[in-house]
Amino acid sequence: MKLKGRVWKFGSDVDTDAIIPARYLTTTDPEELAKHCMEDADPDFPGKVKAGDIIVADKNFGCGSSREHAPIAIKASGISCVIAHSFARIFYRNAFNMGLPILESPEAASDTETGDELEVNLDTGEIVNLTKGKRFKAHPIPTFMQELIQAGGLIPYVRLRTNRR
Amino acid sequence: MGMTITEKIIAAHSEKDSVVPGEIVECRIDLALANDITAPLSIETFEKSGTKKVFNPSKIALIPDHFAPNKDIHSAIQCKIMREFAHKHGLELYFEIGRMGIEHALLPEQGLVLPGDVVIGADSHTCTYGALGAFSTGVGSTDLAAAWITGRIWFKVPKSLKFIYTGTLKPWVSGKDLILYTIGQIGVDGARYCAMEFAGDTVASLTMDDRFTMANMAIEAGAKNGIFVPDETTRKYVDERAKREYRLYTSDTDATYEKVYEFDVNDIEPQVALPHLPENVKPISELPEVKIDQVVIGSCTNGRLGDLRVAAQVLKGRKVNSNVRCIIIPATQNIYRKALEEGLIETFIDAQAIVSTPTCGPCLGGHMGILAPDERAVATTNRNFKGRMGHPTSEVYLASPAVAAASAVLGKIGSPDEL
Repeated sequence: MKLKGRVWKFGSDVDTDAIIPARYLTTTDPEELAKHCMEDADPDFPGKVKAGDIIVADKNFGCGSSREHAPIAIKASGISCVIAHSFARIFYRNAFNMGLPILESPEAASDTETGDELEVNLDTGEIVNLTKGKRFKAHPIPTFMQELIQAGGLIPYVRLRTNRR
Repeated sequence: MGMTITEKIIAAHSEKDSVVPGEIVECRIDLALANDITAPLSIETFEKSGTKKVFNPSKIALIPDHFAPNKDIHSAIQCKIMREFAHKHGLELYFEIGRMGIEHALLPEQGLVLPGDVVIGADSHTCTYGALGAFSTGVGSTDLAAAWITGRIWFKVPKSLKFIYTGTLKPWVSGKDLILYTIGQIGVDGARYCAMEFAGDTVASLTMDDRFTMANMAIEAGAKNGIFVPDETTRKYVDERAKREYRLYTSDTDATYEKVYEFDVNDIEPQVALPHLPENVKPISELPEVKIDQVVIGSCTNGRLGDLRVAAQVLKGRKVNSNVRCIIIPATQNIYRKALEEGLIETFIDAQAIVSTPTCGPCLGGHMGILAPDERAVATTNRNFKGRMGHPTSEVYLASPAVAAASAVLGKIGSPDEL
């Protein structure tokens, strides 16, 4: 699967309170959550993000709480993919479970800026910065996670497993 | 080859003789918990899956603690969703207001989490139970819902990092200072994906409350879990509470650690984490004058009886500074009762602090003490991210109960020695 989109670049240690502040966690509605996505990191973000855009960040993206509202808010805001130098552990799992594609690439993270146009091949992990004319290769998605994605996410995967029993 | 305590617990719960870091295994779980923020998402997912029954109604804990007592209509609806699910599925471990407490203080106190257990929770501070010698870790709501169906969850076995603390703690230095110091040394991703194993003679002398505080903040270094090898202190705590069998695991002497850190604690001062990351840690003597508007003593990190005793010791016979609001939150009803019996609550009221019913409330900027623009708080909580306790321009400084109480009196950040 290939994605193409405009980049919003963030720094290191973007925490889940920045992605979706706890004051908005009185709902699970994706559209409501999207209205406040990344608000504490960039108050204008919810207004300027467009469908298909890509978030690129430095190390430890999604650190902090286990709130699944974070990948939900990002996905509902129209973001097609998050690329980071590295991800916090719980966010990484949650993103897969929510069907939000994420890729780890330290090189792409350090060599990409807001406004750049990226082309991302999720199958091969290849990232092309069309603006800068550079190519990067993301860490391959672990085999087990690929199985999870093939099943269509965690719940379909679990359903497959329970039916087999 | 030897195994760490984390590896042994994971192996035992995945019906294997041994596991190695990096291996993906499926574990049986002993308890799966959620709160009023995360449970509604799990419930939605569970119901969408078409499953009729949970795997075991006695192994799912639901605790309304974050925005409870219901802070507004929206949070009341979230709590209602959770309550109705608990009743529908006959969940034994649903804790209504009056019986509830902050989840990570309540479950160990009630003997519901025991050494050797595998526990998952849709809350990142689920790592707290490592203090008991259990493997426990935070997950998202969908992972949790899947575990409600199957009673199992997949894990990648984490590498272990060992933290050895030696020496004697100075007066007013606690488990909170040790964990802040550690996060300051290794950074907020210093233990990313790893198990943090706490050891050494200093740790052996720590109370359970201090150990809970340390394991609680393992997530603040990015860890999958924090863990202590159980000892006599653990056994005593557990034996007063356990209603089922438990198993004590140790780490083998030839276990493999990714890295071993050794810290001499003799000279460690009270530590403070400055905004806006828990790794921005400084010894208190190196702080400039920082005037404050609010103090919060409580949370799953530092709302236990030992924490309240220290706060009362500092506040006894003193008054909270007239420019400061001091909010004290016992983490469970039992802690509240004991604080009352010991006269701690009276000390707090005499000092003109307020005492709240158990809730996570202000820690995550929910309710019960939200900060206005540019306001500053000293809190015994676990995170000082931008906007964590209120307005995005407000600031949170993380510290121990001793420093928080002293700061409440001083009106600026300071230690009890300055009083």
